[in-house]
Amino acid sequence: MTTVPAAASARRPSSSALRRFLRAPSAWIGLGLMTLLVIGAVFAPQIAPQNPFDLAAIDVLDARMTPGSVSSTGDITYLLGTDGQGRDLFSAILYGLRTSLTVGVGSAVLAGIIGILLGLIAAWSGGFIDALIMRLVDLLMSLPSILIALLMLALLGKGIGNVVLTLVLLEWAYYARTARAQALVERKRDYFEAARGLGLPTSRILLRHVLPNCLPPLLVIGALQVARAITLEATLSFLGLGAPVTQPSLGLLIANGFQFMLSGEYWISFFPGLTLLTAIVAINLVGDRLREVLDPRALK
Amino acid sequence: MLGWLLQRVAQALLVIFAMSLVVFLGLHAVGNPADLLLAPDATQIDRAELVARLGLDRPLWQQYLNFASSALQGDLGRSFVYNVPAVTLILQRLPATLELAFAAMVFAVIIGVPLGLYAGLYPERVLSKLIQTGSILGFSLPTFWVGLLLIMTFSVSLGWLPASGRGETVRVFGVEWSFLTLNGLRHLLLPAINLSLFKVSLVIRLTRAGVREVLPLDYVRFARAKGLRRGRIVMMHILRNIMIPLVTVLGLELGSTIAFAVVTESIFAWPGSGKLILDSINALDRPVVMAYLLVVVTLFVIINLVVDILYRFLDPRVREEASA
Repeated sequence: MTTVPAAASARRPSSSALRRFLRAPSAWIGLGLMTLLVIGAVFAPQIAPQNPFDLAAIDVLDARMTPGSVSSTGDITYLLGTDGQGRDLFSAILYGLRTSLTVGVGSAVLAGIIGILLGLIAAWSGGFIDALIMRLVDLLMSLPSILIALLMLALLGKGIGNVVLTLVLLEWAYYARTARAQALVERKRDYFEAARGLGLPTSRILLRHVLPNCLPPLLVIGALQVARAITLEATLSFLGLGAPVTQPSLGLLIANGFQFMLSGEYWISFFPGLTLLTAIVAINLVGDRLREVLDPRALK
Repeated sequence: MLGWLLQRVAQALLVIFAMSLVVFLGLHAVGNPADLLLAPDATQIDRAELVARLGLDRPLWQQYLNFASSALQGDLGRSFVYNVPAVTLILQRLPATLELAFAAMVFAVIIGVPLGLYAGLYPERVLSKLIQTGSILGFSLPTFWVGLLLIMTFSVSLGWLPASGRGETVRVFGVEWSFLTLNGLRHLLLPAINLSLFKVSLVIRLTRAGVREVLPLDYVRFARAKGLRRGRIVMMHILRNIMIPLVTVLGLELGSTIAFAVVTESIFAWPGSGKLILDSINALDRPVVMAYLLVVVTLFVIINLVVDILYRFLDPRVREEASA
């Protein structure tokens, strides 16, 4: 019994799900774009011809140059032009993408941990604690996200750290609701009874037995929440409530270019926006495909 | 039905109460309001006097009661910047926001319903697939960037429409309105389209799904068998039946449209309450920020409550279910 029969391995849910995931061209496009953007963001210091956050490296004389111009010192070609401070826009976009992706993924992961834990606790304990957590979820999900964001940033003050906090507050509710619903289903399964019969500690049952079985729909939510977080971070930074001026995220780059757009210098806003759009569409494509594969109800 | 109604109203009041509590506690957690109101050269005696006058020496629950009772009388403090009551300031700016939000809703319907209808009636055509893809894009496009593209295209390149402000307004019932003048309408067009983007996608999807659902039903097939003209079937039999869910969802979206107007107002320099709140956050004008949040949340809760109740009364199926 050392060799695993081929039929058994094909029936393993994870491998067949992956294979089904990759069957759609949209999944390939989404994954491809995502890989490209992640590589660009991670290796920004190596790829970018200039460090856009280093004020010494920026020459104000080079401000607002058209795409393809050569810098006054002659050593950099500005592929996508420069912004109002003379930053190489291509470099600024790579670094901005770094901020945007870090904020998006970071807040989604943090919110995921908090939300899943609270959802499991709600499902496990029931009664008052369940009602309390779920009413809070209802409240958060019923109010427009921008309103909660404005409230948080007005109370905490502006800044990227507070934007992350706000995003976590906005996102955890989605995970909590799904985790709870999923866990309530899993509670009725035999393996759950068996684990309890063995006398395993509650935390072990919840984290090692229930949680893995709840994961598929939570992964879908995670992907879509990353896209949502990136959009909202960009919006808040665009409104001047997020990233600091010296270290612009994509949203702030777009905002900075806005004033020059009226005089026809479109590229300062346009290219960061295009990057943002690509990131959001790529994540949504992957998320939608994940949902089709992991949620049997979507297949009908 | 009455039980449901009371429960629903209680729920709405609870949301407003929770929000007021958060706003109040936030105000106290962030800093002592006295520090914000006092001049830098104020003495200890001035300070004690102000603290006593504002009631800041009393227990927190009593302070909340004071805050709540003056809030109910429409007093949420004075703006530090403009030195007028914060509520007055919000109410002055609110009509511009409401005008924008309603215009966006109108656009969502007149663009979204025909497109959704077409995509639902002829799902195999290329144009339908394009509409479908477009609506997915409409959900993922960041609103503010689309706003910039609109300005770039229609204001800067083509020069057709103005990019900022409200234009000429007409005073009706003591409030300025843009949509009554041609110039005002031209100013309203781009911001309204920008704000409606997300709702257009939503309406397309809802209409399309509704049509797909209703088309195979017996009464539609019967109407066709009777030999009714196609246009009449679409208008009288299909559209009428998908109107109730559509109107309900749009009604529920109105509140969030008002809230999200913040973004559009800031791009198009539309002088509404959203622009005011951003300026106030930047100027640390806390009373105005708090007044805005409370007013908009209250508005939001009331709109949703009314829509919810209307939906119950309009749809006979839901009505029977509720009374059963």
